[in-house]
Amino acid sequence: MAKSITQEFTKGLWAEVPPFRLVLGLCPTLAVTTKVENGIGMGLATTFVLVGSNILVSMLRNVIPSKVRIACFITIIATFVTIVQLLMQAYTYSLYLQLGIFIPLIVVNCIVLGRAEAFASKNSVILSIADALGIGIGYTLSLAAIAMVREALGAGTITLFGKSFVLFGHAFMPFTFMVQAPGAFICLGLMLCIMNMLGSK
Amino acid sequence: MRELIKMVVVLTLLTTVSGGLLAGVRAATKDRIELQELNFVKGPVLKMLFKNASNDMIADRFTVKDGKNEVTVFPVVADGKVRYVAFASSGKGFGGDIGVMVGVDVETGKIYGAGVTTHSETPGIGSRAKSEPELVNSRFAGLPIEQEFKVKKDGGQIDAISGATYTSRGLCDAVTNAGKLYSKLEPIIKKKIENLHSS
Repeated sequence: MAKSITQEFTKGLWAEVPPFRLVLGLCPTLAVTTKVENGIGMGLATTFVLVGSNILVSMLRNVIPSKVRIACFITIIATFVTIVQLLMQAYTYSLYLQLGIFIPLIVVNCIVLGRAEAFASKNSVILSIADALGIGIGYTLSLAAIAMVREALGAGTITLFGKSFVLFGHAFMPFTFMVQAPGAFICLGLMLCIMNMLGSK
Repeated sequence: MRELIKMVVVLTLLTTVSGGLLAGVRAATKDRIELQELNFVKGPVLKMLFKNASNDMIADRFTVKDGKNEVTVFPVVADGKVRYVAFASSGKGFGGDIGVMVGVDVETGKIYGAGVTTHSETPGIGSRAKSEPELVNSRFAGLPIEQEFKVKKDGGQIDAISGATYTSRGLCDAVTNAGKLYSKLEPIIKKKIENLHSS
């Protein structure tokens, strides 16, 4: 069943939003969402890789032999990840220092390989771009949402564009548990629960 | 057989193109990345070591050839002339190389200050060399640079940072290396500084 470009784009924002619906790409989701800025940075980096790899995979879908397709996909994805890494180093160095090891790890992010395998290798370039943008923006927004809850409760701030906005008065005691690793699991679990409750109506 | 050839050809082409593309991007971003590292990694350490510097140490930097390598030297202006120079050195610590920025008084040949730029030491133990800069600075500042630095446990003159003997050894190595480099390059560095003064 052929779907329109808009449908392919919007499904990534709600119906198939990666961390909540597909429950994919959780490793960076849990690890980098301690600050809103980091979450958005990670999301945009992943979106770039996703768009790049989806375009190439879709263009080459008739050329790549099916037996070595995974190797080909990974080569394409790794190339884009390295480009992102170099660009981040060159232009957003402080963000690069914050995200550190999780930038090269986008290579093994299952969202990227998942979209290449499940979508781009079977669909046209235009649809693949729409799909990549939808999933990528959905992922970015999800990371930002989780990071917002965690940072607001855990540190009492929202960090955007290198500036920290203090949300509460002096009497606020940060609930630091939320910015630590277990807080990430609990926050993600609760948000998944809310998403499912909203979705089941 | 045809399928096999196709697989080999496609993969080879793909990896070749990727390699070429990456080399291109790397070449295009290399200078900017270096500048960013200077600003974010070395800049803060330089500022911490030389609070009274009246020049932009990063903008005024120059390079000196040491055999095949190029050493970047940061001149530090105080009281209207270049009084100190700083350059990076490294030594083997507990978790890998420790990068150390060493500042030398040009007139006396004594260490003005030393600070860690990069490291992969144990958090909370060896990492204190970076998070508590005075631990490093106070141990080396004022000593003549051209000597072999060793921790007291190894028969040297430097008190090891408690609990971080390996890190301290790495620091001693780094400063010793810096001394060797300085004694080798001193004439060239001084000539460059004279040029800076006259220009």
